[in-house]
Amino acid sequence: MRLKSLVPILYILFLMLPIYWLVAMSFKTTNEILSGFTLFPQTWTFANYIDIFTDPTWYWGYINSIIYVTINTVISITVALPAAYAFSRYSFVGDKHLFFWLLTNRMAPAAVFALPFFQLYSAVGLFDTHLAVALAHCLFNVPLAVWILEGFMSGVPKELDETAYVDGYSFPRFFMTIFLPAIKSGVGVAAFFCFMFSWVEMLLSKTLTAVEAKPIAAVMTRTASSAGYELGLLAAAGTLTIIPGAIVIYFVRNYIAKGFALGRV
Amino acid sequence: MKTQNQRAWFFVTPVLLLVAFNALIPMMTVVNYSVQETFGDNLFFWQGLDWFEQVLRSERFHNALGRQFLFTFLILIIEVPLGVAIALSMPKKGFWVPFCLVTMALPMLIPWNVVGAMWNIFTLPDIGLLGYFLNHTLGISYDMTQNPIAAWVTIIVMDVWHWTSLVVLLAYAGLVSIPNAYYQAAEIDGASRWAVFRFIQLPKMKTVLTIAVLLRFMDSFNIYTEPFVLTGGGPGNSTTLLSIDLVKIALGQFDLGPAAAMSLIYFAITLFASWLFYTLMTMNDNKS
Repeated sequence: MRLKSLVPILYILFLMLPIYWLVAMSFKTTNEILSGFTLFPQTWTFANYIDIFTDPTWYWGYINSIIYVTINTVISITVALPAAYAFSRYSFVGDKHLFFWLLTNRMAPAAVFALPFFQLYSAVGLFDTHLAVALAHCLFNVPLAVWILEGFMSGVPKELDETAYVDGYSFPRFFMTIFLPAIKSGVGVAAFFCFMFSWVEMLLSKTLTAVEAKPIAAVMTRTASSAGYELGLLAAAGTLTIIPGAIVIYFVRNYIAKGFALGRV
Repeated sequence: MKTQNQRAWFFVTPVLLLVAFNALIPMMTVVNYSVQETFGDNLFFWQGLDWFEQVLRSERFHNALGRQFLFTFLILIIEVPLGVAIALSMPKKGFWVPFCLVTMALPMLIPWNVVGAMWNIFTLPDIGLLGYFLNHTLGISYDMTQNPIAAWVTIIVMDVWHWTSLVVLLAYAGLVSIPNAYYQAAEIDGASRWAVFRFIQLPKMKTVLTIAVLLRFMDSFNIYTEPFVLTGGGPGNSTTLLSIDLVKIALGQFDLGPAAAMSLIYFAITLFASWLFYTLMTMNDNKS
């Protein structure tokens, strides 16, 4: 029994080690980092964080990322809700093919889309806007949201819909006041996943932006190459990108296991 | 049974338009490039299927594809059993459950280039925690920028670090859905630990594990950012996976024709695999 509880402990330790190293690095001075190996920061410094919070290119990177991630999450959930309802409640011509086609987009390699996306969004005049990245991320987030919501909706018995109609509810009223509250954990989980995949994606968001909507990830690569070897600064920027994820994950902690199963347990 | 209702198409239309805009137009661009040759100035010449033939015959593509399959294969045979084992040993209830779930999910919420950068810092030979430990404490010579084996081990361990939790969480979701009565029945029958796993836990995890394998297959097959940031495809070409090679050809050399042909072949492979998994999954759904 004791051996059994050792497994998750060791695993979590393994997960935390690189994160610890990143955080420790962010509190060290460049001098200390380059002069040799130290397990803990010898002289604690906040200089790296101060650099980030006083330089507009740095902190705007974060703001840009948060803006397009939020837009993407709102768009994805809004369009996915009715579609997921249709897939979970009705059968219609081509439903299975459509569902599969949606899923294939979740599976397309982002590298395939990088160049055509650049041309498409330049052609429609959206290049270097938050909306461009938000729309581009819909490619994989909308199918995922439909998939997750469909799983949660199928867990709600159909009798709920029928009873509401018998009681004289119109469809929009039923959907907003009865059905949505019934699947609110599913909506939370779907929003969490949209946030997650839009936040971590890098190739498309970097390709579709130049200055105005540059995400934090792209600011980091630029700094890594131009400013030479400022590992402390890079580590501080990396540490700050972990925080939004840690916050949203806290909110869905009770649904997270079911959420990762896409509502299918 | 579901209601037959063709008006459901109205519900699906917004999704359809949005995804079609993002998927069909870029896909047509790729198809266009794949059958034409260009020398700049927007002049295009019909090329037929030459690019496809060239890509399919090129040694470079074969090598990248081989590395890609090896990578995905290693990822699946390490992460899936490991994930199941960890899920089996996790507590079922109590204070530690949310703690475990949140800490385990954390790596998945870190931007992919930060994951690469983090592992780069972690493995630096003289000043990284792992690099220092291996080189100076254990005395194993380790430098992933020089040694292809070290580079491979590093990208595999990095991916295990990054994504095993996905399998853990999925398997765990399957496990907690098993009613206690099943275990009590097994105890009365005097079932062994293995029998409980084989006949109670594994069947219950079947659907979620299919999803896990599907997601892990796709994401590891399409992986780009993390190994690119960590190794840049090197040393030499040893960790140049399919996506890295594709971006090199498309955006580095700007060979649009071959890159487009390669994209379509790449996509066809993932499409075929996803169809296979999807068929398996719906077969599961129909049975239950």
